[in-house]
Amino acid sequence: MNKNLFVSGHTACAGCGQSLAARLVIDASGPNTIVVNNTGCLEVFSTKYPESAWEVPFIHSLFENCAAVASGVESALKFMGKKDGINIIAQAGDGGTADIGLQALSGMLERGHDILYVCYDNEAYMNTGVQRSGLTPFDSNTTTSPSGKQSFGNLRPKKALPEIAVAHGIPYVATASVAFPQDIQRKVKKAFSIKGPKYMQIHVPCPLGWRHDSGLTLTVAKSAVETGLYPLFEYENGQLSAVRKLAQAKPVEEYLKMQGRFKHLTGAAEEIKKIQEIADNNVRKYGLRDQVSGN
Amino acid sequence: MKEFVEGSHAVAEVVRLCKPGVISAYPITPQTHIVEDLAQFVSDGKLAAQTVNVESEHSAASVVLGASATGVRSYTATSSQGLFYMFEVLFNIAGMRLPVVMTCAARAISAPINIWNDQQDAVSLRDSGWIQLHAEDIQEAVDLHLIAYKLAENKSIMLPVMVCMDGFILTHGIETVDIPEQTMVDNFLPPYIAPYKLDPAAPVTMGPLVDPEYYMETRYALQETQKKVLDMLPQITAEFAKTFGRKYNGLVEGYHLEGAEKVIVAIGSVCGTIKEVIDEARAKGKKIGLLKVSCLRPFPAQQIYDALKGASKVAVIDRALSLGSTAPLASEVKAAFFGKKKAPSVISSFVVGLGGRDITKDSIREVIKLLNGRERNGEFIDLKPELLKESYE
Repeated sequence: MNKNLFVSGHTACAGCGQSLAARLVIDASGPNTIVVNNTGCLEVFSTKYPESAWEVPFIHSLFENCAAVASGVESALKFMGKKDGINIIAQAGDGGTADIGLQALSGMLERGHDILYVCYDNEAYMNTGVQRSGLTPFDSNTTTSPSGKQSFGNLRPKKALPEIAVAHGIPYVATASVAFPQDIQRKVKKAFSIKGPKYMQIHVPCPLGWRHDSGLTLTVAKSAVETGLYPLFEYENGQLSAVRKLAQAKPVEEYLKMQGRFKHLTGAAEEIKKIQEIADNNVRKYGLRDQVSGN
Repeated sequence: MKEFVEGSHAVAEVVRLCKPGVISAYPITPQTHIVEDLAQFVSDGKLAAQTVNVESEHSAASVVLGASATGVRSYTATSSQGLFYMFEVLFNIAGMRLPVVMTCAARAISAPINIWNDQQDAVSLRDSGWIQLHAEDIQEAVDLHLIAYKLAENKSIMLPVMVCMDGFILTHGIETVDIPEQTMVDNFLPPYIAPYKLDPAAPVTMGPLVDPEYYMETRYALQETQKKVLDMLPQITAEFAKTFGRKYNGLVEGYHLEGAEKVIVAIGSVCGTIKEVIDEARAKGKKIGLLKVSCLRPFPAQQIYDALKGASKVAVIDRALSLGSTAPLASEVKAAFFGKKKAPSVISSFVVGLGGRDITKDSIREVIKLLNGRERNGEFIDLKPELLKESYE
């Protein structure tokens, strides 16, 4: 791109996966975009008055309503006859999407608004200090799902939010990872080539919350994909249309051992086996190893 | 044109004449007829708005927030629990200085669930930053919507306005109403041109994080603008009178205040009943008047002081509570006299008509009777003593 639409000077932490992904998304979308943002890290670190990192129109209202506010923006543009040529992005973190914002998201998807919803999934409420969300993975140690003598951390696996989006009968759903920037941008452009509601969920490591070195953000993100724990796929009109194939799914232990949030699993073979089963199931479910191509 | 119509239909008609571009609402009794009629207008091609049928009131308020921020005149309507579900969004709309107009079909609050009229819903939103106007009858409800958009979109105001009309009594009541002509409405209410909006041609950031260095000034600005409404609203109602021929003060309206020794202060449709009782009392030579409060926010304390300072006894009627404290309107009327030299000797507070309990002329006569005695603080009228004896064993 000739010009960044999400500019430097914001106050994101070193190694923040979300800030990188957000820049990739908006740059792929282009200057004729209106961004509607839920409350969360991204809004906080990019819009501290009197500064803003956004070179496109940007609005933040509340924690859970970006899908509804974006629906209003889209309806207003349609009323004025100005919708064509303007992209609308509603974006939020995993808590703002999978938990408190799920109702508004469902409404937006069901009503058929021409909006791309982007969930930046760093797998916990990072802005408030690493509390668990519906997208926190199994056995992750967060401040509200702490490991202890009687617990290995988060009790449940991630909510299947992409499938929930697919179940709304929308034309395009994709997962992505900040480790694969061109893939993110290709998917954003593809999403905007399709009319109607689109859902993208991008895996974005948070060095503070996941407790890994801030220089390892992309390495950790890549490992999540390569172990099968964060499968990259696309659904078009309800059908699984593409996946990022794995020549060989790496053992999950490689991914877990890089992060402090899983440190308590060291030596807990039974627990690691359960997480391996989650990865193996993803590999089977999405066909990550069928007819391996060079993708 | 004069029509014999239901209040909700009359309001839908006037909202159509205001030409909102985006309408979003969620069904709740007794607001539904308004948004059903608007949906029909859109389906019939009589209104060119986008209607967004949302999954909750929280989203209804959020949709009109987004639409208004994009520079389009927007409308929503709700009631009771729906208004409460909008609660945080409503503060947000006011803080973002978006001129949304809403109809609140005033209704009781759960628990216990009750779909009938009082004003607890609207009154509980008095700290939200919304301008809050209350209608006495259906004609006033119609006219207040025109006034509301004119006021909200004034460049020196830029605040949302809630037009409150008593649920069922006004939303489902039928009256002869003058529905204005489109050309007159267009003259009074030109198309909305937003001073700031979401537009890729001129990007702005709205709703930023504001830290202690800047936050207080934003709240001060809201407060100052609310004060400014006290001057602006009577100017707009004067302009309204010139165009449409119907006169409103906008803030407060007196009825037989001349020489009144006793004055009843009230909000909304109950004022019609009170006027009948006053007519009867005046015919018998009793010096009783009414002060109708049309604008609850901003609170017209000076106007209320001026209207009541000559009265010896004042009865304030509340149709809402501030549980654990003085009833809301009574509290604010009393505050208007604090430290003033002239003040009524008695300001008694009465709570009537909660959850749709009928307010009859006898209810008002009881208020007037009790005003002769000691000062009352939140005296409930029309309580059924037999229902108060139940207890848990």
